[in-house]
Amino acid sequence: MDTAAPLLEVHSIRKAFPKPDGSQLLVLDDLNLELAEGQIVGLLGRSGSGKSTLLRLIAGLARPTAGTITYLGRPVLAPAPGIAMVFQSFALFPWMTVLENVQLGLEALGLPQAEIRRRALAAIDLIGLDGYESAYPRELSGGMRQRVGFARALVVHPNILLMDEPFSALDVLTAETLRTDFLDLWGEGKLPIKGVILVTHNIEEAVLMCDRILVFSTNPGHIISEIKVDLPQPRNRLDPKFRDLVERIYVAMTARPLASVPAAEKFRTIGIDAMLPRVSANLISGLIEAVAGVPYNGRADLPVIASALQMEVDDLFPVAETLQMLRLADIEGGDIALTDVGKQFAEADMDGRKQLFQRQLIAHVSLAAHIRRVLQDRASHTAPKSRFLDELEDHMDTESAQSTLRAVIGWARFAEAFAYDDQSETFSLENPA
Amino acid sequence: MAYDRVMRRILPISVEHWTRALTRWDAFAILLVLGLLVFFAQASHGVLDPLSELQRAPLSLAPSQLPGYAARTTLRMLVALAFSLLFTFTYATLAAKSRRAELLLVPLLDILQSVPILGFISVTIVFFMSLAPGRVLGAEFAAIFAIFTSQAWNMAFSFYQSLRTVPAELVEASRVFRLSPWMAFWRVEVPFAMPQLIWNMMMSMSGSWFFVVASEAISVGNTTVLLPGMGSYIALAIEHKSLAAVAWAIGTMLIVILLYDALLFRPLVAWADRFRFEQQAGVPPARSWVLNMLRRSGVVALMTRPAAALWRRSYQPRRLGKTQASTPPNPARRRFIDVAWTALLALAVMAALVQVWRFIALGLSVADIGQACLMGLATLARIVVLISLASAIWVPIGVWVGTRPRATRVVQPIAQFLAAFPANLLFPIVVSAIVAGGLNPNIWLSPLMILGTQWYILFNVIAGAAAIPSELRDCCTNLQVRGWLWWRTTALPGVFPYYVTGAITASGGSWNASIVAEVASWGDQHLEAYGLGAYIARATQAGDFHRIVLGIAVMSLFVVMINRGLWRPLYRYAERNFRLE
Repeated sequence: MDTAAPLLEVHSIRKAFPKPDGSQLLVLDDLNLELAEGQIVGLLGRSGSGKSTLLRLIAGLARPTAGTITYLGRPVLAPAPGIAMVFQSFALFPWMTVLENVQLGLEALGLPQAEIRRRALAAIDLIGLDGYESAYPRELSGGMRQRVGFARALVVHPNILLMDEPFSALDVLTAETLRTDFLDLWGEGKLPIKGVILVTHNIEEAVLMCDRILVFSTNPGHIISEIKVDLPQPRNRLDPKFRDLVERIYVAMTARPLASVPAAEKFRTIGIDAMLPRVSANLISGLIEAVAGVPYNGRADLPVIASALQMEVDDLFPVAETLQMLRLADIEGGDIALTDVGKQFAEADMDGRKQLFQRQLIAHVSLAAHIRRVLQDRASHTAPKSRFLDELEDHMDTESAQSTLRAVIGWARFAEAFAYDDQSETFSLENPA
Repeated sequence: MAYDRVMRRILPISVEHWTRALTRWDAFAILLVLGLLVFFAQASHGVLDPLSELQRAPLSLAPSQLPGYAARTTLRMLVALAFSLLFTFTYATLAAKSRRAELLLVPLLDILQSVPILGFISVTIVFFMSLAPGRVLGAEFAAIFAIFTSQAWNMAFSFYQSLRTVPAELVEASRVFRLSPWMAFWRVEVPFAMPQLIWNMMMSMSGSWFFVVASEAISVGNTTVLLPGMGSYIALAIEHKSLAAVAWAIGTMLIVILLYDALLFRPLVAWADRFRFEQQAGVPPARSWVLNMLRRSGVVALMTRPAAALWRRSYQPRRLGKTQASTPPNPARRRFIDVAWTALLALAVMAALVQVWRFIALGLSVADIGQACLMGLATLARIVVLISLASAIWVPIGVWVGTRPRATRVVQPIAQFLAAFPANLLFPIVVSAIVAGGLNPNIWLSPLMILGTQWYILFNVIAGAAAIPSELRDCCTNLQVRGWLWWRTTALPGVFPYYVTGAITASGGSWNASIVAEVASWGDQHLEAYGLGAYIARATQAGDFHRIVLGIAVMSLFVVMINRGLWRPLYRYAERNFRLE
């Protein structure tokens, strides 16, 4: 198996999008990847780490800025025959029945009708959709819809199956059933595919399914760690080796950019050019209370608290990072620990919390401090939104600037640091009392 | 077992039906198809006759002629609709797919939407008559073109917007599964756009009944054509001062519109239900007995099957080897083409400007332009007053109806029907009353402008009031929010976005209607109000092309300014602040 040429080779890929000011926003930098026959490779990372972008490059939906992607020895410049994809949102055509959805790829190949029908029915049979052929997607549950997504991809007999967070739009139970069914079919060699690339932000899912896991880091996206999973299938989540791997990946994912920076820089104040995550004050308070409470008493293992709060990496990390940014908590080695201020916050009443939060916000988020200073300097104590939006757009694209401003407005409202009126799009110092 | 179920859908004919020979659905379907054929044959009869034939066999006011006239009028609608669809699929697709074409086509469409349709007829009739000199066909073309202009723009706009908003994941899926552009267009893009397109078609058709009636009796300078149809019938009735004939025409039109709805739009809407992308629950699917009949009929299935198979063959890739994308274009070359294209456009605009200026300057003075603008202001004042009046009346009524589901079920279809009904059929009744009472035409002709368009306000407000979440209403009851406070905090903000939509449609329609509403006659008596509509109408009668073009230009300018200056900001404001989601 190892002697054969790899199915797919990704070599020194860079992908950049032009920014409004003419410079480039780098989302993927110097990325290498190889997919051999019989492997499931996981791309694991937070949202915004460029893993979905990489998948789209492999699918031929976009072109890299630099580097090459080779599939069976030929460069990928457009969607290639033999590479099929399963989408996070299913991407079913609502006006086609299950059967018509599954047949679509075969029709595009121009096969004879009889052949199309035979293969489509076989795929439907394989994936467990018997009896649903004439149903429309709107009549199906999420799990059944994604089964159609799988059948539609498998029916064209692809060599490589690309999966873009295929289970993340499903409830926990349905996702587990679908994963198990897929792994069973894969293990029994019943799937007409030779290799799989799975994009996910769910660490346990990656450990459960993949032979190799590539852990992505953000800004720009690159691989920070490659982890081989040797556990035999079917894997058991409670197996200590499984837990070990999960813990290792948590540590790897929290290692950068948070903890591995030099100590002096670790708590550096975020500049006004930094994008801020949209994390509500409720979530911040909620996580602090959870960590402060029993049984964690101020220090918790991230994977443990994530599963206790039923939060995924993508939900938990931004909150944890915000806590770190506001110095309400410290994150290291897969653990979250409240700082003294964080502990005070947990014990304070609503007014006390607001005061603490205001202090931390002004001290550690430059944008908040900047807006407040501008408002204080102006005689009217007001400033239009565009004043700050323009400033932010020098450093990031319009959408991120809007989102960053929204984030800081949300925090400032909770902290009562300054007010914002959406009708007139103006900031002001005074809250209407 | 599952296989059987699938086969039933896929075999060229449904097997069970076939063994049972013909079902009653087949009988209905055959009748319907035959009836349609006869209709086309009869309605298109005489189209190729020389014009003199029209004079030799003049129209008659006998009610027995009305079904024939109605058929001719309806056929014009259908032909125009076919052309509008063709236009939509080409123009809008080009605009959506080509960045450079988009630069020109979208603003052009926006302006075309604002040009008064009735102004078109007078300008185009000479051109179309010259295409088929001396034949009825030329006049038919002119009428159909006028109807086309009343339908095509907003259909194309809706299609363009749909094409731009096809969900990214569907586009990606169709690319990953390597659908050819042709196949993706028909299997992905058109289906996605379908519900919106059909809705716009319905709105267009509602509006165009008005114009079909207005465009049949055309007189430009010395050319007077009375095409057989409902519009000419009404014109004749006015000439003969026959209120009875007017009543017959109104009755016939009622039936025609109801039939049109039952035979064409209800089936279309029911059919398009499967294309709805949002899969919201709780909305009952539209039903149509005509569609059910066609679906259940084995004969129809048998006849459509080969066509469907042939269509599917067109999806097959021509060249199987064409999987590699072309190399990305050289940015420098791309920029050069962009600049060249922009320069070309600028040149064309300049040329057009010079042309228009020359044309106007040749026969017109500054005083003419001033007069047209003054008259535009007069018409504007009328429209502002009328829209305000209509709003003051229909908003409270609409809210009252919309918050009562039983009343909504009764009133909403009636309001939509009234919006579709060509109000110009009712003009003679009002005009005869004005003549009889000796009333001031400057005031009393005005309501005609909004007679047909006020219903858009009503049915939009009803829809808005019905869309206020019941929890919100319960909350108001719970907090004892009543009276003016309730109107101010709940009802008015809730219906505001819908009201704006209705008012935009009503105001646009009123500008158009002013051309036929500010000038009216009853027998040999002529009434005229001071306004831009009357100006255009008089210029048309006199065959004065300079003043026609000036009038149209000034009216377009007014419409564009009001759209940009008032409606668009208002619409954005409503969308941002009052959308209940």
